[in-house]
Amino acid sequence: MDLLLSSIDIIARWDVIAALFIGSIGGVLVGALPGVGAAVAIAIMLPATFMLEPIVGLTALLGVYGSSMFGGAIPAILVNTPGTPVNALTTYDGFPMTQRGEARRALGLAYSASFFGGIFAILCLMIFAPVLAKVAPMFGAREIFLAALLGIVLVVVTHRGQVLAAGMLACFGIFLQTIGIEGSAYTQRFTFGQSWLQNGIDLIVVVLGLFAISQALVLFLDEDKNFPMPHVGKKGFFHTLLELRHFKRVATVGSGFGVICGMIPGVGEFMSQFMSYSYAQRTSKTPETFGKGNPEGLIASEAANNSVPPAAMVPLLALGIPGEELTAMMLSVFYVHNVIPGPALFANQMDFILALYICLILLNVIVVAFLFLATDTLMKVMLIPNRFLGMMIMTFSLIGVYSLRNSLTDIFVAAGFGVFGMILKRLDWPTSPVILGIVLGGLMEDKLRTAMARVRSPLEFIERPIAMVLFAMIVAAVGIHFYTLWRDTRTSKEEGK
Amino acid sequence: MQEDPDAPHVFPIGRKPGELLFAALILLFSGLLLAQIGWQTTWLPKKALAAQPRLWPAISLGGMALFGLLLWLKTRNITRTPGRWREALCWVKSLEFVGWYVLYVAAIPVIGYLLATIAFCLFMAVRLGYRSRQAILSAIGFALFVVLTFKTGFNVKIPGGALYELAPEDLRYILIRYF
Repeated sequence: MDLLLSSIDIIARWDVIAALFIGSIGGVLVGALPGVGAAVAIAIMLPATFMLEPIVGLTALLGVYGSSMFGGAIPAILVNTPGTPVNALTTYDGFPMTQRGEARRALGLAYSASFFGGIFAILCLMIFAPVLAKVAPMFGAREIFLAALLGIVLVVVTHRGQVLAAGMLACFGIFLQTIGIEGSAYTQRFTFGQSWLQNGIDLIVVVLGLFAISQALVLFLDEDKNFPMPHVGKKGFFHTLLELRHFKRVATVGSGFGVICGMIPGVGEFMSQFMSYSYAQRTSKTPETFGKGNPEGLIASEAANNSVPPAAMVPLLALGIPGEELTAMMLSVFYVHNVIPGPALFANQMDFILALYICLILLNVIVVAFLFLATDTLMKVMLIPNRFLGMMIMTFSLIGVYSLRNSLTDIFVAAGFGVFGMILKRLDWPTSPVILGIVLGGLMEDKLRTAMARVRSPLEFIERPIAMVLFAMIVAAVGIHFYTLWRDTRTSKEEGK
Repeated sequence: MQEDPDAPHVFPIGRKPGELLFAALILLFSGLLLAQIGWQTTWLPKKALAAQPRLWPAISLGGMALFGLLLWLKTRNITRTPGRWREALCWVKSLEFVGWYVLYVAAIPVIGYLLATIAFCLFMAVRLGYRSRQAILSAIGFALFVVLTFKTGFNVKIPGGALYELAPEDLRYILIRYF
């Protein structure tokens, strides 16, 4: 009870409440804009949050992170274009429902499923928080190194069809963090005698280039898309909250997949959605209607993707390991304020963790209330032309890059990463391995150095139970990947015969 | 995009225009950096491998080169989609927008954030083909919103323009601080 009161005390402030409203409603807006997404919004907001206290800055960023998927369902359902990449599966059944005149029902079910997924995940984590607080201190340097390595391995192998590109880009990210004066023997690495490289490449500059400027360039080079806006009808959304009870099994299992996938670094929304959707289809009485407007498919997708953000905060807070690009960006907020996430934070500042989870519950309530009231107005946001949006993103991104140090060099570096990110996006190569490589690469180097100073043989490195489990997971992830590769090759050869 | 039915999932199932070119460029880049590793990093005698400053650049660049080589080899074997140089031209075209962006930043210390932002938004709107009265007003409105929110409201650290020095003293302070 004391813990709960202490948590409420942390967030019962006007600036936290304001950040919650701005973040959650802003997140819905950017989610509803195809071509923007949470990554762009968080990248732009990141430098501004450095001026705020950690709880205020994190609440704003969490608001965007947690609510963008709600907003992303709107264009996915209405115009067959996912607002954020993780709403891609929502189009499969959401858009066919719109085509047969059930747009409002589809939107309502998507909001209800997202809300259910979000609340389910937060409650799970609140229940398991005491267990996590006991497990987190068992993570020493070697366990954190192995967990970070697992994150890198998973982020590579889960990019099916792009494993080689993802591996190359993760290595590129790891290389980027090595540039500058290293912190152990203070020698220079890849500075080429340039003073601006001695402090390394700033993560925020890379993030803004790779996510914001690159997206603006992608939009500039594309044609404007004219969406024919469907008729949504006037009936309210509240009855869809009740309709969700007919699909509680799919929503619960989907949310469960989201929680599990969110907690594992490098896995995230895509995997949880596919697992949830496959489960829903496999166990449905009408599997043949999936992809043709089956509400179960829509619910499976939305419940799974919205249960990931709260779960993704677990490796970030408990171990200091971000599972994907958005939490990697959030990690920098902690570092700027000298709050180092990790076992100590989870064990000693449980009220802070609980405060974040209460914020997440509030954000889900705010977002659903906002969407139930303002969907018709939000639909107008989708009419902003893409290239005009690009101009807006470019203007916003300047604030982030230039306000850091008023440095023209930072602008050039961000612009360079902008062009690099634009090429990656045009080639459909993933950008998240670069960011995870930068963040986890530094962590791995530091922890390996610390851990190896205390072990006498490589086998001793994995003799502790958690280290052994993590090592087994790495081996299993690589093993499963190669097995799948071998199976696919064999299948395609047999089909060719 | 054409598909190679024999390609397993680990390798690209299709080839986008410019993919081979970009893979080759990254491979070349990682090769060049790897060649510099002896000069650009230090090997400390009598230090354990994990504590060597060269270890992680070597691992990362080695990984980049290895993955890059495999990607290049595999991409090369997939049926080519025409349009490589058209795609490369697109990449080069994006530099025009980068140029306007750099010019925008360079203009801030001279004419100030407010004027530079209005000029940038207005120019970009026209350059991108939005020339209607509504689009022009929207661009100006957006520019004002950005400046008033971030510089005036949040006091974000963006330098004042040299042009502000020409204003009377009282006004000069307001301009430098808020616009």
